[in-house]
Amino acid sequence: MSVRVQDAAFDAGQELNRFTKGAAGAGAIVSFTGIVRDLDGGLRHMLIEHYPGMTEKAIGTLVQQARDRWALTDALVIHRYGQLAPGAQIMMVATASAHRADAFAAADFLMDYLKSRAPFWKKEITADGADWVAAKDTDETALTRW
Amino acid sequence: MDVLYFAWVRERIGLPRETVNTDAATVADLVAELSAREDRYAMAFADTAALRVALDQELTDFDAPLAGVREVAFFPPMTGG
Repeated sequence: MSVRVQDAAFDAGQELNRFTKGAAGAGAIVSFTGIVRDLDGGLRHMLIEHYPGMTEKAIGTLVQQARDRWALTDALVIHRYGQLAPGAQIMMVATASAHRADAFAAADFLMDYLKSRAPFWKKEITADGADWVAAKDTDETALTRW
Repeated sequence: MDVLYFAWVRERIGLPRETVNTDAATVADLVAELSAREDRYAMAFADTAALRVALDQELTDFDAPLAGVREVAFFPPMTGG
């Protein structure tokens, strides 16, 4: 199990290959990569702020909850902070399990909870100024399905 | 105790963290105390329904007690992922 919160860019393909090599015995690996959207060409960059200390703890707790709930052989969460250009990889989740149902469910659960329970805040910088991204009600209601 | 602010709460108050000496019993009491200090605090805390609070890096509610707490953090709803 691995949680990384970092300023530096990462290569989701390389990370997935490494994760796959390390996941001996797994019959299924699911991965998700989040990308900075370009907002019709208007986005200059995205700034991601986080709460050092709490971020790692909160994600660690979510990974533990996923492990308690599904039969995972391994899990990986990488989340960046700092300044990100349009098209950059923001974060990734990978889960490994004997069968795909558990790997899919755990990855989906982790994504839902990372969105509204991990202390990150996104700010979009455009030609018109800078705006904090507002949390959506649908992000909160998404948690009720778990 | 240390009080931390993130995202637009940090911007409105104008600093990322400060040490506060307080006898406030709950988070809500601390919010009332800070809001009474200056307008910038009152503006940041005007609508606590739009805010989240963590005590010692665990999410909690505004009626939570502060006894024994070392670190309080105020921030808007999170937008990770």
